[in-house]
Amino acid sequence: MNRWLAWGVLIFGVLYFILPLYGMAEFSLSMRRGVYSFDAYTKVLTDPTFQQTFSYSVMMAVFTIIFGVLLVVPTAYWVRLKMPEARPFVEFITLLPLVIPAIVIVFGYIRLYNTSSWLPLTGSVTGTNLLLMFGYATLSLPYMYRAVDTGLRTIDVATLTEAAQSLGASWATILARIILPNVLVAVLSGAFVTFAIVIGEFTMAALLDRPAFGPYMQLLGANRAYEPAALAVIAFAITWACMGLIQLVSRFSKHTKAQR
Amino acid sequence: MAFLELDNLEKFYGPVQVVKKFNLSVEKGEFISFLGPSGCGKTTTLRMVAGFETPTSGSIRIDGQDIVRLRPNQRNIGMVFQSYALFPNLTVAQNVGFGMKVARRPKAEIDARVKEMLGIIGLPDLGARYPFQLSGGQQQRVALARALAIQPQVLLLDEPLSALDAQIRVSLRSEIRAIQQKLGITTIYVTHDQEEALSMSDRIVVMHKGKADQVGTPVEIYNRPATRFVAGFVGTLNQIEGRVEDAANGLVIAGGQSLALGRRLEQSNGTSVALAFRPEALHRGEHPGEIGLTGRIAEVHFLGAVIRMKVDIGGTQVSLDSFNRAGADLPRAGDDVALSIAPGDVLVLGD
Ligand SMILES: Nc1ncnc2c1ncn2[C@@H]1O[C@H](COP(=O)(O)OP(=O)(O)OP(=O)(O)O)[C@@H](O)[C@H]1O
Ligand SMILES: [Mg+2]
Repeated sequence: MNRWLAWGVLIFGVLYFILPLYGMAEFSLSMRRGVYSFDAYTKVLTDPTFQQTFSYSVMMAVFTIIFGVLLVVPTAYWVRLKMPEARPFVEFITLLPLVIPAIVIVFGYIRLYNTSSWLPLTGSVTGTNLLLMFGYATLSLPYMYRAVDTGLRTIDVATLTEAAQSLGASWATILARIILPNVLVAVLSGAFVTFAIVIGEFTMAALLDRPAFGPYMQLLGANRAYEPAALAVIAFAITWACMGLIQLVSRFSKHTKAQR
Repeated sequence: MAFLELDNLEKFYGPVQVVKKFNLSVEKGEFISFLGPSGCGKTTTLRMVAGFETPTSGSIRIDGQDIVRLRPNQRNIGMVFQSYALFPNLTVAQNVGFGMKVARRPKAEIDARVKEMLGIIGLPDLGARYPFQLSGGQQQRVALARALAIQPQVLLLDEPLSALDAQIRVSLRSEIRAIQQKLGITTIYVTHDQEEALSMSDRIVVMHKGKADQVGTPVEIYNRPATRFVAGFVGTLNQIEGRVEDAANGLVIAGGQSLALGRRLEQSNGTSVALAFRPEALHRGEHPGEIGLTGRIAEVHFLGAVIRMKVDIGGTQVSLDSFNRAGADLPRAGDDVALSIAPGDVLVLGD
């Protein structure tokens, strides 16, 4: 009895998840009347705007990840090592982006850094890109921080630090050679989540008027029939590839293989 | 002037003083143990030498240079931790070579030293392994090699063996001592295991509530403990409360009996003292030239080579060890016995 119920719930869940996906995939393949074809995909992939916006977003993602790692790893490390009592506070701060809508953040940015402000970041393309990257980093902060903090929990940060110090290592060396490699798997999983967020983000890029992938998807969705479905499938594939990579990476790191 | 000098070292955590007026001079190549119960400040003192804690006052000098101001990574002091603390992301060889790599030594030199170190610790073939592929004892040996590879001025070990099981502990103990003597490295070893301290050290510092109660060779510490605490903490010690009757002639009343110690006592007449002696110093029978006592046997434990008895002397139970001899009768509980002890084996402890 109980078991039937469990199976029923599972099947319902799978259908709930799969059916729309299936419908979308099916639709994206039906551009040519009567037969399945990849026409919609070819159209999307050969569109120069797609290529431009996608590579722009990938680049932004890479910079966001680098910035996020440089910001989060030393911070989480320091909090763990020197001010454990501040951890709940820092954790709270890193959770804020989940409750503050992106639109609020971006309006705040525009108000603070507009062309007539003390730091007119929005006045130049580089400045705006920088601003957008900060925004992305903020959005990914909850995931990045949590991932790194969890990674740090698996090693004895304090003792390893002292061991390295007694061997002559500076803070930078300790971070780069001991701490970062040991939380690399955690960092990478945070990085892939960041990647997925940046690729799909719409609000910030649109309001800062940057040619990112999110606004392009929205634009396409408003004007075309089959292409948006194809695009959505592509976006899905990218996200899943990221998830797969997380799994793969946690497997290929040698020193953690047999750890319990 | 000694090689390593701790001078009036003190440490407060807030209002709590954990290290008090700690003075110690260590000669080059000496092996010093800090011995004491949990919480007496051993680790804190060691960490001040390593630079992980800042002394509230006092100075630490190595080779005449005050190092209190130096950061831990500038002190060139090797450290071995109870939890091994090997870098999990590095192989054994990379772990051992880490300090030299940080110091930007040439690769050939690093490789040679790593090889030499792995040879010294008896694990020449395990360089390519990761720490998780080693047993606890092996990991601690690698940690030792890593600390020694930088050729530190001083080696510090904080209870390095207490996470290991008894058998490895004993064998690794003598191995560490042998390596230390071979390299002639000045070493401070923290332990709460008195057997470890007695068997390994050139000198022992017995610590109690943040103070160095006594500094001396293992023989001195065991045979001539300076305070009641040292006497009670190192080895088994019998204590009988007594009162000085005649200090000039060394007469003490204890357990209802008068004991002639045959030497002048520092304590004045009438002060209460404790008479202390080791279980193996007391024996049955009367021996000329020794102090005679009477007691009643309370318990007898046959341990094979040794017979351990509890004897009641005027209301105080003391332990007595004697060797087993074939053919001799085992004493029985309840027997009255004559006991004797050499006057020199009796310590008179004031408060
Ligand atoms: N960071 C700290 N803040 C406050 N008190 C501390 C701190 N570190 C140690 N103490 C206190 O200082 C005292 C000495 O500690 P220490 O670690 O030196 O003891 P220990 O002799 O090494 O003991 P054990 O044998 O248990 O390791 C203890 O009472 C401990 O509670
Ligand atoms: Mg300790």
